[in-house]
Amino acid sequence: MPLKLTVNNVVTTVDVPPDTPLLWVLRDVLNFKGTKYGCGMGVCGACTVLLGGQAVRSCMTHVSAAAGEPITTIEGLSPDGLHPVQVAWEAVDVPQCGYCQAGQIMSAAALLQHTPHPTDAEIDTAMSGNLCRCGTYPRIRQAIHEAAAAGAPARAK
Amino acid sequence: MRMNRRSFLQLTALAGGGLALDLYRSPLAAAQGPGTPPDLTPQAFIHIAADGQVTIMARASESGQGMRNMLPMLIAEELDVDWKDVRVQQAELDEKKYGRQFSGGSANTPMGWEPMRRVGAAGRQLLIAAAAQTWGVPVAECTTQSGRVLHATSGRSASYGELGAKAAALPAPALSSVKLKDPKDYRIIGHSQTGVDTHAIVTGKPLFGIDVTLPGMLYASIEKAPVFAGKVKTANIDQIKTLPGVRHVLVIDGGITPAAFTPWEPGMEPGIAIVADTWWQAQQARKQLKVDWDLGPAATQSTEGFKKRAEELLKAPPGTTVRKYGDVDAALKSSAKVVEATYQYPFIAHVTLEPQGATAHWKDGKLEMWSTSTLPAEGRGLVAKTLGIQESDITTHMVRAGGSFGRRLQNDYLVEAAWIAKHIDAPVKLLWSREDDVAHDPFRPGGTVGLKGGLDAQGKITAWRHHFVTFGDEKHSTSGGGIGADTYPSGFPPAYALYTSAQPLMLRTGAMRAPGDNAYCWVAQSFLDELADAAGRDPLEFQLDLLSNTRSPWSASQLDAVGDHEPSGQSVLIPERFKGVLELVAEKSGWAHRSKERGRGMGIAAWFCHLGYFAEVADVSVDKDNKVTVNHVWAAGDVGSQIINPAAAESMGFGGIMEGMGHLAQEITLVDGKIQQSNFHNHPLMRMRQTPKIEVYWRKTDYAPTGLGEPTLPPILPAVGNAIFAATGKRIRTLPLQRSGFSWA
Repeated sequence: MPLKLTVNNVVTTVDVPPDTPLLWVLRDVLNFKGTKYGCGMGVCGACTVLLGGQAVRSCMTHVSAAAGEPITTIEGLSPDGLHPVQVAWEAVDVPQCGYCQAGQIMSAAALLQHTPHPTDAEIDTAMSGNLCRCGTYPRIRQAIHEAAAAGAPARAK
Repeated sequence: MRMNRRSFLQLTALAGGGLALDLYRSPLAAAQGPGTPPDLTPQAFIHIAADGQVTIMARASESGQGMRNMLPMLIAEELDVDWKDVRVQQAELDEKKYGRQFSGGSANTPMGWEPMRRVGAAGRQLLIAAAAQTWGVPVAECTTQSGRVLHATSGRSASYGELGAKAAALPAPALSSVKLKDPKDYRIIGHSQTGVDTHAIVTGKPLFGIDVTLPGMLYASIEKAPVFAGKVKTANIDQIKTLPGVRHVLVIDGGITPAAFTPWEPGMEPGIAIVADTWWQAQQARKQLKVDWDLGPAATQSTEGFKKRAEELLKAPPGTTVRKYGDVDAALKSSAKVVEATYQYPFIAHVTLEPQGATAHWKDGKLEMWSTSTLPAEGRGLVAKTLGIQESDITTHMVRAGGSFGRRLQNDYLVEAAWIAKHIDAPVKLLWSREDDVAHDPFRPGGTVGLKGGLDAQGKITAWRHHFVTFGDEKHSTSGGGIGADTYPSGFPPAYALYTSAQPLMLRTGAMRAPGDNAYCWVAQSFLDELADAAGRDPLEFQLDLLSNTRSPWSASQLDAVGDHEPSGQSVLIPERFKGVLELVAEKSGWAHRSKERGRGMGIAAWFCHLGYFAEVADVSVDKDNKVTVNHVWAAGDVGSQIINPAAAESMGFGGIMEGMGHLAQEITLVDGKIQQSNFHNHPLMRMRQTPKIEVYWRKTDYAPTGLGEPTLPPILPAVGNAIFAATGKRIRTLPLQRSGFSWA
């Protein structure tokens, strides 16, 4: 049965089994390749997207559960790549391999929506579900503080 | 057992003959590859459009170490352009044009430092020649600045864009003839340059192997036996073919014969490839597979069995003497004190965050591949051999990899993708699941080490006896499990013996970031800390004293093995550099004034590998439940005269430390030949909340710059272990930490 999804403010219809993980619909049906597969069990955070403004693991979210709520992927976080988190990530040059960073950025954007000036402890809590195999955590922490100082928008959709 | 220099040589020897030796002796020759290839030309690497756009080709594969910045930065510096005007483009695989195109062994810096700068300088020389010809003035009167050639006498100038076409048509000068800049004039080298792909990464552009998409592309997933090299006897293939989206089901017979020693590239692992319209459909179909496997001899292997056999071998006379001088047994007998310990460390998996995979398209007898390999030429060779086709019929695109850490030096997944592509009439993307990736990794091999160290009445080391039980057969150690005669502290104790014994292993193993060193450093630097404690001496002072000993001289054959005969050669440990990083890290960490309290302690360790020196201090807290928190880490590195891209270099320091901490809590275990771990929940990585404050410092020395991928890693393991000892009085002799009664907070 076709499902209606709103991805990055665009309404689209997909015809896939309802228990297909949102991740694979985004990547291989709708061609949003920015969201990454890392573990398939919600323990690495590489697949993090915003669903109704909340950070969720798209590898563990059935596509049917995502219908009706706005979905934001890394491609839609900002129209021009200038979301304060993206700007800070680039200024600090966070990535090494870069594979986890879309998920890191989505988790950081969600954190800053609710907690515009997070403490280190709040960063620890919000970001510990996102693995970085390269170990860029010190730079991620720095970039979140810089994004907070620059002022992240109140709510990205 | 092979006796070559650590695993770096092991891997490069496999990768390209005598490359590593050449690399150390003559970087220029090594960079040009084996045989007598043509000189590298500036025309191959530098393209200047009429509008002035400068494109520089990045020849090495990129998996996160910053090679797409570092090598082009060397060219741009000597070309004398502004970095902001440079566009970097990934080269395709063509070693005749670009020289060696691999990323491994922290080798791209030493291998690229001189040749890439010379390529840039040769390009600049061509542009000057083009201007001089145009203007009818002597070359010597022309200078360059920010992408322009200037003639001061006449006041004329021309942009590189205006001169590019003419310059490209001129004969390239011999690279050895061009003049290089004085380092004090550098405007790009030594200045942090943001990763060339960073903007694309933070905006989610399709950059990685997993993102490759071709029209009409199908997706593949492979079911393999739960035991290495297990073969398919029967399976419900006809039923699987009827499942939604499934297009092809292919049985891979595989080419592996399990034996006591598994070669580095053993051929294809057997399995069943399912090709479907989407990867998720292929995965769903896999769940319906019912396979009767012939598990074969590897099903007899277990971690318990390995441990038992290692303990037997430790008690038996050693199999091989790697190095021996002095009468170790007599020296131990006459020592005032003898310390004896057994260290054990496990197999671990690479778990790059992007699982293994590749895309391939077979059409009209030609193969096109999109590869994340860090040894792409060897990958192409292996594909050609496995498929029975000519290398000249293969085109290889080098795609950014989501991490390698040594994993992508092996090309198994590339061969699989190519093999599937040749069997179906469509482009295909193979993707391993995370579970596939953990279970079928070429693991970092485990090891067991029996140590005896002697101390005299003054607390100085008298003798060091090192018996390393590894895996392999009589002739070979398993990949990543060989040890070099020069492994520290070889040479420094007055009497020394390094022995090895080996037990069979029917598993693929391979290089893991700082191969060998990531374990040998932990063993040696932990045991040194034990000896210092037994001597009642400060571990730093104890090690500086050891490094001041007159070293036992090398024989010519040993120098051959380490690739160095030059007194100033960089491949042999230089005590002054080793001491230098120890002293710097001690100063930065306040080592001399550290507080000693119950439950909190500092540990120090250092290592030399891949031509680089690192010392690290960890400040660690341990709570009443033996939960360990690393509060603060200081690192001091010496990789020569120049840090090429400082922000990226610091990041490599963070990365090596975080990865090394990760190794402390990881293990791969086997029961009945089956790998017991499957994903990040039971083969964990460090997380944000476990990340210490990290400071990285550089000690600049007058040596040619060397690489940073690997030497940052090894010291953190013993630094943490030694800090746990300082905090608790308990020594970590078995990894992972959990097997010693500790765990991460």
